[in-house]
Amino acid sequence: MNRRNFLKQSAFTTAGTMLIPHFLKAYEAQMMGQGLAASNGKILVVVQLSGGNDGLNTVVPYRNDIYYRERPTIAIRPEKVLTLNDEIGLHPAMTPLKALYDEGLVTVVNNVGYPNPDRSHFRSMDIWQTASDSDAYLRTGWVGRYLDAACAGKAQQPFRTIEVDDTLSLAMKGNNLNGLAMLDPKKLYNQTRGNLVTNLSKEHPTNEPETVSYLYKTLAATVSSAEYVFNKAKVPGTNATYPNAELGNRLKTVSQLIQVGVDTSVYYVSISGFDTHINQPGQQERLLGQYAEAVGAFMTDLKAAGRQNDVMLMTFSEFGRRVKQNASNGTDHGTANNVFLIGGGLPAKRVLNEAPNLSKLTDGDLTYSVDFRQIYATLLHDYLGVDDVAILGRKFNGVKIV
Amino acid sequence: MNKQTKQQQLRYLFARAGFGATPAELTEASRSTLRKVVRQLVNNGTSVVGLRVVEPEENRTKRQLKGMFRPGQLDKEMLREQIRNNAQKVRDLNLQWLDQMASGQDALREKMALFWHGHFACRTMGRNPLFMQQYANTLRQHALGNFRDLLMAVSKEPAMLQFLNNQQNRKNAPNENFAREVMELFTLGRGKYSEYDIKEAARAFTGWQFTPEGQFVFRAQVHDEGEKKIFGKTGAFNGEDVIAMLLENPQTARFVTAKIYRSFVNETEDEKRVDQLADQFYKSGYDIAGLMETIFTADWFYEAKNIGAHIKSPVELLVGLRHTLGVQFDQPQPQIFVQRTLGQLLFYPPNVAGWPGGKNWIDSSSLLFRMQLPNYVLKAAEVTVQPKEDGDVNTQLLARKGGATFHTKVNWDDFEKAFVKTTDAGLPDALAALLLPFPLRPDQRVLVEKQTKPGQSRSEQVRTLTAVLMSLPEYQLT
Repeated sequence: MNRRNFLKQSAFTTAGTMLIPHFLKAYEAQMMGQGLAASNGKILVVVQLSGGNDGLNTVVPYRNDIYYRERPTIAIRPEKVLTLNDEIGLHPAMTPLKALYDEGLVTVVNNVGYPNPDRSHFRSMDIWQTASDSDAYLRTGWVGRYLDAACAGKAQQPFRTIEVDDTLSLAMKGNNLNGLAMLDPKKLYNQTRGNLVTNLSKEHPTNEPETVSYLYKTLAATVSSAEYVFNKAKVPGTNATYPNAELGNRLKTVSQLIQVGVDTSVYYVSISGFDTHINQPGQQERLLGQYAEAVGAFMTDLKAAGRQNDVMLMTFSEFGRRVKQNASNGTDHGTANNVFLIGGGLPAKRVLNEAPNLSKLTDGDLTYSVDFRQIYATLLHDYLGVDDVAILGRKFNGVKIV
Repeated sequence: MNKQTKQQQLRYLFARAGFGATPAELTEASRSTLRKVVRQLVNNGTSVVGLRVVEPEENRTKRQLKGMFRPGQLDKEMLREQIRNNAQKVRDLNLQWLDQMASGQDALREKMALFWHGHFACRTMGRNPLFMQQYANTLRQHALGNFRDLLMAVSKEPAMLQFLNNQQNRKNAPNENFAREVMELFTLGRGKYSEYDIKEAARAFTGWQFTPEGQFVFRAQVHDEGEKKIFGKTGAFNGEDVIAMLLENPQTARFVTAKIYRSFVNETEDEKRVDQLADQFYKSGYDIAGLMETIFTADWFYEAKNIGAHIKSPVELLVGLRHTLGVQFDQPQPQIFVQRTLGQLLFYPPNVAGWPGGKNWIDSSSLLFRMQLPNYVLKAAEVTVQPKEDGDVNTQLLARKGGATFHTKVNWDDFEKAFVKTTDAGLPDALAALLLPFPLRPDQRVLVEKQTKPGQSRSEQVRTLTAVLMSLPEYQLT
């Protein structure tokens, strides 16, 4: 299917689904617990590192002369690296991640990117979030289209995909339905409890332009979803201790929702600050430390609950950075990068593919060998058990992770 | 639904052709015919006052600044300061334009310019306020003029040439980005040209460059003078020739008219009607004002199916609220905060395809925020929401939090005057007739009335009811 047909078909789907009658009745029936839409019980947690994390100082090619030559002041010294194999190892701030690796919970995928890479933050993030080609502009995200597919012909349940934040990313927007943004269940619940909002959410005007019913439908779904998640999450879920930083707090919320049994299959979380043009070492060390500690706490928590095999955490950034450092002890925007897959019952302890080849660069940047959409396809098809082609618009060969 | 009263028609016209109306504007307009009101909107303001945040001679691009840094004319701290200054000026430009829109002066021109900003989308990176200032003023200058002039002018804007990498488009090393977007997004639309046309057109656009001072220049030495074959024609074409060919193709009129129809009439395209309008647009030699006048005076424009069918963009929402109530913000940051949170920050469209618009504006969190907005602006309610950081160090200035509350001044006096003769019982409906696309439904009226407290003064009643009506989902629509 080419791009245009995909867009056409998506547009068509929108028109079609709007005609589904008795939306609210069906929705309320679901809320009463009369059978939830089917899912295979697997949960995906996406952690987005915004700003372009420097992959070469995250997964360090510690035996590569070119790496040390091109980064005279910011390279990670070999003796400090937490070795994964005899070529690469993790940044020293990532001890908790190394521990997870040693336990067999981490898979590293090197050289992930896409054709004709874009070095603008915004554009490249759009490409990752929409799973588009670099010359196409999609209005929906890959998780949003997953939500469309998961709810097709069933109750429209925004909470099946949750972004732990105040606002919703493009990744979470579908053709028919958008995911739910929720920093924490109580905050969203309170926002929907004003007497005006609550009362309006019970109104279902029908005799006016479709925009009106769309707004009221969105409002009703938001209020019910907020109430559903809030009520579920009231009972104790996790007692684990998390680092008191943004990512730690957000992953704790995810764990809480998972453990109380909220019917959500995809969670989306992001952490920002990786745009390290100036004085990279201190900044990146702090962020990678925060990341590794939060993820370490999260997986430890899930292990204690016996859930480490049905929760997979994927981490990506919109691009990696240049091989050669710049004049300000930093790095500029690059292209291909590594992706972590953690938990999910994957085979133990692996670096999935070859380390970056620093002698075969494209315009001074790493050459990608895995299209990120191959990873999405694998997660959608093999892990979440849904039709990846319908969601990604065409077939991408999976990566062999299972 | 019944036929609209003239008052309803006027309200709807001002909402679509501008950013809504004040009670005084509606009263004034009700004294003339609808046709005359439209005429005035279309012809208003033949001279455009430029937005101005930077003088051309004092502008320094990032590259120029770095050039001064190397030989030691600037120290590191000053370099950073200057770069920050540039980002701040782009922010000031944003706010100046918002003020202009909210003033209600030449409303249709500003509304069209906002539309063209989405059509000829260009993202600043926060680096060059002069380029953005010129770009914005070009859009405003030609907003209601001739699309030929607009297309040519905006294609030659340094901001656009830079954004679409045409500086890197050289003889023997073509960069197709500019040629592709000109065809796909500005004129013909996707699929109405071949990849070969783009390749060849890119060669024609080689040499279209700009100077650091913001001047377009044609650099003959990097221009490919060879023969090109574009749309089946062969010749030693240059950039102007390609633009002329694109304008000669009626598909350009069709594509642009359809987009205008979707933004100003209804997101669902009426193909026959758009065909007719496009035909007129083409035959008129791309007269934008003429096209808009035809739309706003047509009977079908006022049909019930179109009223309330448009979801306000975040800028339309914010500016409309400001205009109707004469709101002034004490500090600049909250207005940036609102734009960022709701996903439409002027000069930062998501990509060259512009803001998707329509239902794409609405999700659970944006709808709740929109419904809270009147409380933030009019009642200084506490803001707890925080927009995402996009990770780019260059936009950190814009990411700074808006503060827990907004400080504003509202011109309630003028607003309240319009309702002195209205009875207490009639107040909700009278306000709704000004603020909403539809009359209140009975259950809705009950809910709205419940929000007032017994014993409130007239002034308090007006304020309470206005904030409530502006919090309704229907206020998101025009």
